[in-house]
Amino acid sequence: MGRLSSKGGPSALLATVAALALAGCTTGSGSQSLASTPVAAAASDPYASTYERFPGVPTAIVGATIYDGAGGQIDNGVVLFADGDVVAIGDASLEIPEGYTRIDGTGRYVTPGIIDIHSHLGDYPTPSVDAHSDGNEATSPTTPEVWAEHSVWPQDPGFSRALANGGITTLQILPGSANLMGGRSVTLRNVPSRTVQGMKFPGAPYSLKMACGENPKRVYGNRGRMPSTRMGNFAVNRETWIQAQEYLAEENPDRDLAMETLAGVLEGEILVQNHCYRADEMALVLDMADEFGYRVSAFHHAVESYKIADLLREHDVCSAVWADWYGFKMEAYDAIPENAAMIHQQGACVVIHSDDENGIQRLNQEAAKAQADGRRMGIDIADADVISWITLNAARAMGIDEMTGSLEPGKMADVVLWNGDPLSIYSRPQMVWIDGALMYDMDNPDRRPVSDFELGQPGEGDVK
Amino acid sequence: MSARLLLGAALVALAAPAAAQDIAITGATVALGDGSDPIENATVVVQGGRVVAAGSGVAVPAGVPTLDGNGMWVTPGLFASLTSLGLVDVGAVSESNDVDADDSPFSAALDVSPVINPNAQDFAYSRAGGVTRASVTPEAGASIFAGQGALVDLGADYDAVVQPRAFQLIEMGERGARLAGGSRTSAHALLRNALHEAGSYGEAAQLRGGGSSNSSNVVGVDSRRVGSAERSGDVLLTRFDAAALVPVVSGEQKLYVKVERAADILAMLSLLEEFPALDMVLVGATEGWMVADQIAAAGVPVIAVALRDLPVSFEQLAATQSNVGRMVDAGVMVGIGGYDSSGDHPRNLPQQAGNMVALNWVTGATGLTWGEAFASITSVPARIAGMDDAGVLASGAYGDLVVWDGDPLEVSSAPVRVFIEGVEQPLENHQTRLRDRYRSLDESELPRGYEW
Repeated sequence: MGRLSSKGGPSALLATVAALALAGCTTGSGSQSLASTPVAAAASDPYASTYERFPGVPTAIVGATIYDGAGGQIDNGVVLFADGDVVAIGDASLEIPEGYTRIDGTGRYVTPGIIDIHSHLGDYPTPSVDAHSDGNEATSPTTPEVWAEHSVWPQDPGFSRALANGGITTLQILPGSANLMGGRSVTLRNVPSRTVQGMKFPGAPYSLKMACGENPKRVYGNRGRMPSTRMGNFAVNRETWIQAQEYLAEENPDRDLAMETLAGVLEGEILVQNHCYRADEMALVLDMADEFGYRVSAFHHAVESYKIADLLREHDVCSAVWADWYGFKMEAYDAIPENAAMIHQQGACVVIHSDDENGIQRLNQEAAKAQADGRRMGIDIADADVISWITLNAARAMGIDEMTGSLEPGKMADVVLWNGDPLSIYSRPQMVWIDGALMYDMDNPDRRPVSDFELGQPGEGDVK
Repeated sequence: MSARLLLGAALVALAAPAAAQDIAITGATVALGDGSDPIENATVVVQGGRVVAAGSGVAVPAGVPTLDGNGMWVTPGLFASLTSLGLVDVGAVSESNDVDADDSPFSAALDVSPVINPNAQDFAYSRAGGVTRASVTPEAGASIFAGQGALVDLGADYDAVVQPRAFQLIEMGERGARLAGGSRTSAHALLRNALHEAGSYGEAAQLRGGGSSNSSNVVGVDSRRVGSAERSGDVLLTRFDAAALVPVVSGEQKLYVKVERAADILAMLSLLEEFPALDMVLVGATEGWMVADQIAAAGVPVIAVALRDLPVSFEQLAATQSNVGRMVDAGVMVGIGGYDSSGDHPRNLPQQAGNMVALNWVTGATGLTWGEAFASITSVPARIAGMDDAGVLASGAYGDLVVWDGDPLEVSSAPVRVFIEGVEQPLENHQTRLRDRYRSLDESELPRGYEW
């Protein structure tokens, strides 16, 4: 991303494409249908998840301030989880059953596991060498046939940093934004694994990554191909949706990977995550979605959502945004740090995303900045609501909110214990559980994953 | 309407800089920027554009207007290292971007000082974020020599450049290898050859200083004075580029060297044995912690990105957020600076520094104390740049004050007032104007386009 500040030749262009290849959001309800129909799942779920939760012990965190992810706050609270699930949360009067390991939460805070709706870890892993550039199939403006999971390198060291420094327990890996339709996303559990299947979030719906604006028209326009303009972007999209409608109408269509993805969107099983910066373009996309009968789950990098937050509320579309990125490209020129707060103020859905292997380590700080920028203009947003921007709202927009994103009993025990208020710069994840298994402990260097790539290298096993 | 009037005032300020005002702030929490802990209920006095006194028990001289700083923090302005302030409007809009010059016939001679535009929005955003001084650097485009950077203040006027040609930046890591033709061996050969060519050219041409139209040209040799000395036909540098490197060879101009891996750092330290006059600063130094003792022994300062912790390249395999803390503990002078992503901006320096404080909680990690962390974005980078009077609230230092609504390292805090050499600065900009326009989305009477 740093190279964006330089103008330049082909390498700068590649860096730009890689860096800006962000995705669109989905909000969704499709996950249950995929998860609950085994026959359909077998047919439509190749490369199926092999993830299983790791062993954990029944755990009680006692005396912490709890942000439950759904907007609730409990002071001096108790969180109970066992067998991979949240059992109960409550105030100090909540009874702790026998056999629970007690963890002192005094002066500490508990949140659900942090979720990043927009990551390219694995698809653009470090080291960031050309051989690792697997996030943009930039050979055609529409590639709904590609699946991000087929590019994920599970040994990307970035996963461990996201866990240890950011408390990330779930993340959505999106194809890049070189293409109007970039391909399917994959949602991952943030656990070390030898295979991507071992990371795949069981039952999470797929999303289709779409992109508006500068990236597709620049990438293809520079090659003398359509699209080279924003109107070209829309024309190619609409022609492709017409094909998808025709495919859907066929009784026994031949297999077509691209059309299968688009048909999944039109049937509501695959969500849409739409990279889109400008307000006017988002409004056009909403009409395109109406024209073809699909819905956009979230606009990503939506730096101008504050200009149309009312419209986004009416359409029930989330805005996945940075706290304060701006100015690196023309369509980011009107980005303002009050964006998230102003969207929230209008009653629309806010998600804070990273799109960055560094930013994913500090989503809590980004949320805190956005909250404070709102407060300075007179928009007061409760701390517990701000935490939902990086937990339940993200889960909703990814279609996994029935399974994770808040500390509701029965949901996955994805839990972060912070050593202080996560909305403060001075706080760090102290312990992180995924499905009730302790995967990180700030005080125990052995609970710190090290990727294959780092073994035998300078700094192996170092705190990062 | 009031916003419009304020903006008008800002434009006037750009046309004619306001005079410095004497000011005292009392009852505030004051951070001096020198590495010490914050002082509660303290006073800062600025007269004639300079700090007169700061600390506890400071008396306010008669007649100096006094602000009540109760509940506020007062600090020196932040010093942002290696920025592109005033060189860019929009990074990816190439016609608005003067950071590098891939197709230029020149390299070391490139000089940012005449092209810095204080009206660029990033100037205003950074000023509103509490940055009052900065180094502005070119990036390498066609050669390992990026060119000459300048030191600026962020006052809302056209007199931004405080010191032109303050340093030469060169690339000696992976990027330098690519720019040099494909390998580090070529980069090292090019660098040595250039330093030798510049040395002999400087003697032959008898270049002298002077000739700067800017306020303080501390470089004794003016690198723009090309001279007409005969040169051998066997030279690589243009006459302009050779002349530009003369003050580097003589140690009159600082040499900023971008290197990341431990071995490359040591190679640059050994260059000091061949060219002992070089006034070197290491930039990047991601693996600096592995050779921190050697860096400290060489007395070479470092400008580092605080939060790098990924093996982004094979020259950064040992990246860790503890890099800065470990180097500081070894006695290296380390300023936090540099920007890795589209989200990194000068105004986010406090976030980088604040994370260094939090790092101390993690078993095995090395962070900074609060005082060290704040100094790493104020007095330390200013001193590394050669600007000893900036980034610190000490008697005689620049009257650059930032009044914050809370702990400046906390992500929820922000400046409420900014002074540069005693001149209060406007904090409005494109972003604040957009915020105010879209505070309401009501268009029942008129479109938002009439709201300004």
